[in-house]
Amino acid sequence: MAARSRFPAGLALDTHKQQACGTPIVELALPAQVVLALDQGTGYGAEPVVAVGAAVAMGTLVARTDHPFASALHAPLAGTVVAIETRAAAVAGGRSVCIVIAGDGSDRVDDGVTPVPDADALSPDELAQRLRAAGIAGLGGAGFPTATKLASARDRRAQTLLLNGAECEPWICCDDALMRSAADDVVLGALILRRAAGAVRCVIAIEDDKPAAIAAVTGAIGRRRDDALTLEVIPAVYPQGAERQLVTTVTGVEVPSGGLPADAGVICQNVATAAAVARWATSGEPLLSRVVTVTGSGVERPCNVRAPIGTPLAALIAASGGYRGTPLRLIAGGSMTGRALPSDEVGLTKAMNCVFVATRDDIGARLGAVELPCIRCGDCASVCPAGLLPQQLHRAALADAHDALRDLGVRDCIDCGLCDYVCPSQIPLADRFRDAKRRLDEAAATAQKAADARQRHELHMRRLQEAATAEHRAFEDVRRRVRQPGDDPTDGAD
Amino acid sequence: MSTDAVVMAVLVAAALAVTLGVALGWAASRIEPDADSLVERIDALLPQTQCGQCRYPGCRPYAAAIAAGAAEIDRCPPGGAATVRALAALLDRPPRPLDPAFGGPKPARVAWIDEERCIGCARCLPACPVDAIVGAPRQMHTVIAAQCTGCELCLPPCPVDCIELRPVPAVSLRYRQPRAA
Ligand code: SF4
Ligand code: SF4
Ligand code: SF4
Ligand code: SF4
Ligand code: SF4
Repeated sequence: MAARSRFPAGLALDTHKQQACGTPIVELALPAQVVLALDQGTGYGAEPVVAVGAAVAMGTLVARTDHPFASALHAPLAGTVVAIETRAAAVAGGRSVCIVIAGDGSDRVDDGVTPVPDADALSPDELAQRLRAAGIAGLGGAGFPTATKLASARDRRAQTLLLNGAECEPWICCDDALMRSAADDVVLGALILRRAAGAVRCVIAIEDDKPAAIAAVTGAIGRRRDDALTLEVIPAVYPQGAERQLVTTVTGVEVPSGGLPADAGVICQNVATAAAVARWATSGEPLLSRVVTVTGSGVERPCNVRAPIGTPLAALIAASGGYRGTPLRLIAGGSMTGRALPSDEVGLTKAMNCVFVATRDDIGARLGAVELPCIRCGDCASVCPAGLLPQQLHRAALADAHDALRDLGVRDCIDCGLCDYVCPSQIPLADRFRDAKRRLDEAAATAQKAADARQRHELHMRRLQEAATAEHRAFEDVRRRVRQPGDDPTDGAD
Repeated sequence: MSTDAVVMAVLVAAALAVTLGVALGWAASRIEPDADSLVERIDALLPQTQCGQCRYPGCRPYAAAIAAGAAEIDRCPPGGAATVRALAALLDRPPRPLDPAFGGPKPARVAWIDEERCIGCARCLPACPVDAIVGAPRQMHTVIAAQCTGCELCLPPCPVDCIELRPVPAVSLRYRQPRAA
């Protein structure tokens, strides 16, 4: 039953999961206010469909979108829209337009929220559309709209739905807690997603350091009696939960460079996303809440919390007993791949699986780190799960050598942070690669714009020239006519 | 006899060297770099702002002047030091600083028309080298920000000075970021 990790490298990290996992999931009381960022972490935002002052109920659509990378937003509580403005948000760049809703304490539910009794009768296309309308997005950390992934899986005829319960980041355990407490939901959601993806089988993959989750999911699968639904226990190796690496471990197939898992016949979904799909099917509830790990040495009682999307992080931290000691950084995501947040007023996003309140104990070693020259020890290359050569990539990144970066495969870097974790010279490799990728994108956009400008300029010049030629010809015509023999040329010139 | 053989060998080798040398020289003179493709390659490195600050009517004419040896490579302020470096590498010349006589580098900006004040005279239309302004006589005009190169050529013709340059709106450049778990 146990598979070996089959991607190139990776590392078993010290785990800190016990901090938050000892206690059951805390259900957060409805906050007084929620801050819904239009961009939920993918870089693309939805468009508001409500105005300031509008009354909303739980589940009312407040922002819609046609963009494949953005997801619709619904009011997670009943109340009034009090602001639509740019605020600090847990997104790249630190700011996004947000819809702020003040709760009125009632439990009014939008009329549109009704159970979906016929989920089994819906065609895969209809299912995907309904999931898009419900704003369901990847809860594993990417926030990518589920319907978009389902569509690409159907286009590529992916046969396997791989449900990701690996959760390899050392501090995060929200998926573990969810699998233990709602394994039946996970399995129900998996079956719906399997149909929506047009896949024939479903594999739920869980790392072997989560025996309670494995037992719960095994039980739930047993109650279903479905031969095309299996559990795969995989070794706990970071970054096992990264999509490409997980696909390689479970199927033995490598995802082609620059390709999608669907190119290898697999669609990945997170276990928490499956549970959200099950909630939608049984109650009609769009994606209104998620389970998030609040942890780190900077909080009093690390725990997992189910909270409405948009809940200000300060409320989550309060639910975990408040701050402890001197927190240094507030990080969204785990210690390996997380991003620093601007403040604890930002709202919880669909993509946020962990609020990591770090103190000097957690990240002190890195804070004091002085970057030294690369000693070419090769440690980074031996752990890179993408099979890259970080030391060479780093040279190319410092020189901003775009061709070399591309040739060395910087696009396949999954930002896992292992290379800087092991680097004895404390070089912030992953950060540099993240930057390099951004610069490559910018250079590509600039080149595209220049090419467009060149083409438009050529057309512009050609048009001016044609206009000038036409004018010249008209002038010649007039001259020829006025110079008819017998006419007085000076008269006709006027 | 052996000296004869040596002399013969030396003579053959010398003759061969001379013939080959002449042939290669002739070939080299025939395979001169294609002037057109050189202009293309230089043009490809220019930013295509089409602003005329290099005192040529657009990037391509400047590229042609560089290719013909009529202009130095340090005249394009929008391209800045990066463009000079790229040109120097292409032409195998030492890089040099930008010549300040042609202007200094500026932050990326795009034109914006104050539509309240625009009188619809349409004079800015033909001035825009990339047709980034839309409008018709007696209608208000507007700039398509995504196509504007920030060349400033639309400013002088406007009789009511209602065009200004504003910082480029932040575009969300995004790359897929698969996260662990
Ligand atoms: S681990 Fe650090 S020091 Fe070692 S080769 Fe990689 S970059 Fe260089
Ligand atoms: S951050 Fe990128 S380069 Fe570094 S180990 Fe991870 S995948 Fe490899
Ligand atoms: S200065 Fe540069 S951008 Fe402007 S026209 Fe000349 S080459 Fe093009
Ligand atoms: S709108 Fe003005 S600044 Fe922009 S490209 Fe056209 S002429 Fe230049
Ligand atoms: S030149 Fe000025 S006033 Fe005339 S159309 Fe253009 S922006 Fe409007």
